[in-house]
Amino acid sequence: MTARPVPPLARDAVQINSIVETIQVTEVGLTMLNRTADSVARATPEPLARKVRGISDKGLAWLFISPTILLLLAINIFPLFWAIYLSFTNYRANRPGEVVKNLGFANYQRILGDKDIWIAMQTTAHFVFWTILLQTVIGFTLAWLIDRKFRGHAFWTTIILVPMMLSPAVVGNFWRFLYEPQIGLFAYAISFVTGIPATHIEMLSNVSLAPWSIVIVDTWMWTPYVMLICLAGLRSIPEYIYEAAEVDRASNWRQFWSITLPMALPFIMLAVLFRGIENFKMFDMVNLLTGGGPGSTTEVASITLKRQAFESWRTGYSSAFAIILFVAVFGLANIYVKALNKVKQR
Amino acid sequence: MKSTLKLTLGLASAMFASTALSSVAQAEDLTLCWAAWDPANALVELSKDFTKQTGIGMKFEFVPWTNYADRFLNELNSHGKLCDLIIGDSQWIGGSAENGHYVKLNDFFDKEKISMDDFVPATVVGYSEWPKNTPNYWALPAMGDVVGWTYRKDWFSKPELQKEFKEKYGWDLGPPATFDQLKQIAEFFQKRQIDGKTVYGASIYTERGSEGITMGAMDVLYSYGFQYENPKKPYEMEGFVNSDKSVKGLEFYKALYDCCTPPGASNSYMGEGVDAFKSGQVAMHMNFAFTWPGLQKDENVGGDKIGYFVNPKGPDGEQFAQLGGQGISVVSYSDKQESALKYIKWFANKDVQAKWWSLGGYSCLNAVVKDPKFPASQPYAQTFLDSMAIVKDFWAEPSYAPLLQASQKRFHDYVVAGQGSAKDALDGLVKDWSQVFQDDGKM
Repeated sequence: MTARPVPPLARDAVQINSIVETIQVTEVGLTMLNRTADSVARATPEPLARKVRGISDKGLAWLFISPTILLLLAINIFPLFWAIYLSFTNYRANRPGEVVKNLGFANYQRILGDKDIWIAMQTTAHFVFWTILLQTVIGFTLAWLIDRKFRGHAFWTTIILVPMMLSPAVVGNFWRFLYEPQIGLFAYAISFVTGIPATHIEMLSNVSLAPWSIVIVDTWMWTPYVMLICLAGLRSIPEYIYEAAEVDRASNWRQFWSITLPMALPFIMLAVLFRGIENFKMFDMVNLLTGGGPGSTTEVASITLKRQAFESWRTGYSSAFAIILFVAVFGLANIYVKALNKVKQR
Repeated sequence: MKSTLKLTLGLASAMFASTALSSVAQAEDLTLCWAAWDPANALVELSKDFTKQTGIGMKFEFVPWTNYADRFLNELNSHGKLCDLIIGDSQWIGGSAENGHYVKLNDFFDKEKISMDDFVPATVVGYSEWPKNTPNYWALPAMGDVVGWTYRKDWFSKPELQKEFKEKYGWDLGPPATFDQLKQIAEFFQKRQIDGKTVYGASIYTERGSEGITMGAMDVLYSYGFQYENPKKPYEMEGFVNSDKSVKGLEFYKALYDCCTPPGASNSYMGEGVDAFKSGQVAMHMNFAFTWPGLQKDENVGGDKIGYFVNPKGPDGEQFAQLGGQGISVVSYSDKQESALKYIKWFANKDVQAKWWSLGGYSCLNAVVKDPKFPASQPYAQTFLDSMAIVKDFWAEPSYAPLLQASQKRFHDYVVAGQGSAKDALDGLVKDWSQVFQDDGKM
């Protein structure tokens, strides 16, 4: 039995009926809301009501948002300004009784002239660059494949998302075991494929391999996140654009380069921004996997900062370093957001 | 009605009494902070006697070694009241004394007739005194410890290995007397098949995050002639820290790491060392003496299979070992200092110290360690005594943390990552340490 096609006029009538019903329901809702508001207003004690009556809408708005603003000031803005102040001093948090001296820009000069700090910045840049590149390429490819909506795609989406749901502490610890040259599965797998003895595959001990071991783990964990954002971008592309392209006999390749990629680009750029900011301040995974070693090979900026602030207790110095990092991330992110806006406006 | 009233009053007074009693009990409870390791478990057992005698309950806050310094130095710096008593690391003594974290114990010792002469001298200097070698006491020596070595006695005594070793090196396979001999043994065992398993030469300290590689490298450097400063001019380090002898010592440590450690041992400290030895991976194992009671009891590698030896001599015959261990102090921010001092008094008692040793703690009391029965009391007792006689310790300055961070970086960069030379590493260390002392206004 086949369904009888609905004539166009009847279809319009059904739509109009549904709109009317929606309006009626909304009216009932608004009436109820007004009644509730009235009853609340009546229940308000007269002295309080008198006070509130004198406040303008703008004043009322300020009244509502002021607790949030105060909270933000207390936990975000004040510490920022306090850190800026400390960055010009020799303050040490572990010596509260000591006289705090104003050093001017000496902390900044020392940091910017410190070879080890620049090495840490290079290590951070290496980590950020390669993780973003790999995560974007793999994440977008996975999103594109999942968007094909093949059989079981929902199941595979869930499987792919699992690493992202794990705690970085858990990920760091179990990858440390996976990388273990004598008993680790990773070393065994590489050994099985290449024939190199597993005990020679020292991912975390070898100066050349250690930076890549962190890139691999971060890519494994966070590619699903990039994939999700890319998938949202791909799903937002209207179907009719592809239909029009097919009418114009555009090849799949052409459709990808002229429709898919440009229209998903703002989403990809957003994913890059999020991952870039996150990885610039990466700490937990590196700390668990290598602790910055071997030597200082994987000592990213956040590890250096933590060591200066909470192990060496050079609070003034580390505040200056934190401000430098903040300005760097903030500046780069601003430039990037402007580029992102331009891409969106195209 | 009367009976209901009586019942109500009775219940109310019982509730009041129980609340009051529990608050009294809580007020008397002391919290002792320390690292989470085997001796801490022994101390829990030992402290039950204190509670029995005094009625003062004991609570414990134990933190793993990797977070021990971070956690408790934060606690002290923030003037926290978590710990009434703390067994702090020997290097904290300068900072904790100068920053007022610890209660000075001189008057208390005088009043209770606790004499520091009754304790092993090295532990008094290392754990209690600040400034060093002055009679200003901030802790009671609590847990003696020193870096020493364990070896696989069963492997060393295999006739075929003894024969092969003698042919190759010309001397009998046994506990090494010098570091050169130690390296020869390590090379001999490296990647050797024993009982169908590949084994390795030695497990040494290489940890980067806290203090591991510094403790290990210094353990060798001391016997090679390393000195922290000019004995005649404090804080003058040029030519002492980076002397030719020191350079040779650091080169030796790197050579030992390169030739003779198990694969992946680039971040190894106390726990990893114990694992390597217990799992039968290594022939020799550098570690603090506190690990020995546990290893002695181990079914696979303990008993007759394990032997102990003192840190070997350097090329010029000098012989030193890195001091470990801690003293017990009363935290100045505690509201229960009186009870905490009672614990210290109890802990200093000879019988308590003897029991402390029998449970697996390392007593620092002369009456215990100089008892004629002591060397035979445990297979490792004599090695412990011999090691404690040759100890040296890292800086215990208030700025010990940045000093330690600098050595961790310089040593790991050279030994594990192979960056630069030993001379570069030690020259860099002089520069870093000088900067720290300049910041402190001491240079």
